[in-house]
Amino acid sequence: MSGSNRISRRDFVKVTTGTIGGIITAAIGAPAIGYLISPALSAGAKEAWVPIGQKLEDIPLNVPTPFSFTRTQVNGWERTSTSFGGFVIRKSADPKDILILSSRCTHLGCTVNWHPEANEFICPCHDAKFSKEGVVLDGPPPKPLNQYTEFKVDNDGNLLIFVKEG
Amino acid sequence: MWQKIYLWLDERLGLKEMYTGILDRPEPKGNWWNTLGSASLFLFILQAVTGIFLTVYYTPSPDHAYDSIQYIMTGVAFGWLVRGVHHWGATLMVLVVFIHLLRVFVTASYKYPRELTWLVGVGLFLMTLGMGFTGYLLPWNQKAFWATTVATQIAGSVPYLGDFILKVLRGGSDLSALTLQRFFAAHIWILPAILTGLIFVHLFLIIKHGESHFPQKED
Ligand code: HEM
Ligand code: FES
Repeated sequence: MSGSNRISRRDFVKVTTGTIGGIITAAIGAPAIGYLISPALSAGAKEAWVPIGQKLEDIPLNVPTPFSFTRTQVNGWERTSTSFGGFVIRKSADPKDILILSSRCTHLGCTVNWHPEANEFICPCHDAKFSKEGVVLDGPPPKPLNQYTEFKVDNDGNLLIFVKEG
Repeated sequence: MWQKIYLWLDERLGLKEMYTGILDRPEPKGNWWNTLGSASLFLFILQAVTGIFLTVYYTPSPDHAYDSIQYIMTGVAFGWLVRGVHHWGATLMVLVVFIHLLRVFVTASYKYPRELTWLVGVGLFLMTLGMGFTGYLLPWNQKAFWATTVATQIAGSVPYLGDFILKVLRGGSDLSALTLQRFFAAHIWILPAILTGLIFVHLFLIIKHGESHFPQKED
């Protein structure tokens, strides 16, 4: 047999065992991994127009005014409510001249507070400071505070913001 | 390179002796009935693995136990498969362990010097039943709830001590959140720990004594 190009019995057994073993491993391993990562693959909350709970006319000019809203989502066997918040800053009487900042710190996700005496947003976690426009003044955050760029006022004068997926 | 690593490990661990001692030991002529112990061991490992996977989603709380299982069945990828294997594996394990016990009895393998193997085996059988008993409550559906009500009530009918036994099993006089929680603890920690310990003793004794000869016509 040696010298011929026919595959030897020993090699045949090795290759078959390896192949079948590989198939079995994959057949068990794929469902196992799928099972564990399953929740990571499900979709988050859908995009939507969310009322911030305040009328435009009630929001004072030039003062960062806090607002918050919650979104609920079914996670497994439970509904989870997550709070979001931000600040509305009306720069002038023009209803289009509005800056809406998210209060979620761009460093690691704590909630920033407005400190009128300092005229800054301050993050309590690692002492970051942001200007009234959301620009980083001091501290570790890599970018300015996020903005809700899409907003509208409905017929009753309520201010709504457009919230993206997730 | 691999050869070197192997030799290094072998020198310290005695891999060669381990291999001959555990897997390459002399056996009497094979018999299919003698594979049932290994089958029991395989089923135990299968139950352990699928059980660990189930705890990733299962919640032992009266408000969520049922829903979390519903979620495993419909919301999690391959959840039906993992739960299905654990469910049917449980029944099969009780069956296989019991037939293994019967074969040891029928072939009289429990005699000297294997009495201890037998006694440990009885412990294994009882613990296996305990796994079935405690696992049955966990889905927290009507069948589970009433089956456990009845079974704990039966345990409670023992003279004198009955009431106390019932309260210990249920964690109080009613079937409650405490019952579910302690059945869960027993099912995933206490009984498996005892089973694992007993299995090691069982296997140690088997390797020590070797397999008994299958009785011949003349015996
Ligand atoms: C979790 C359950 C159990 C496991 C994992 C297990 C495992 C094993 C294994 C691997 C063997 C060697 C192969 C064989 O003879 O089939 C064995 C043998 C034995 N088992 Fe078990 N066993 C279990 C339950 C029991 C029970 C319930 C009894 C009896 C009450 C028992 C009594 C014995 C005896 C006496 C032997 C020695 C048989 C001989 O040498 O011929 N085992 N067991
Ligand atoms: S999270 Fe805000 S500074 Fe670190």
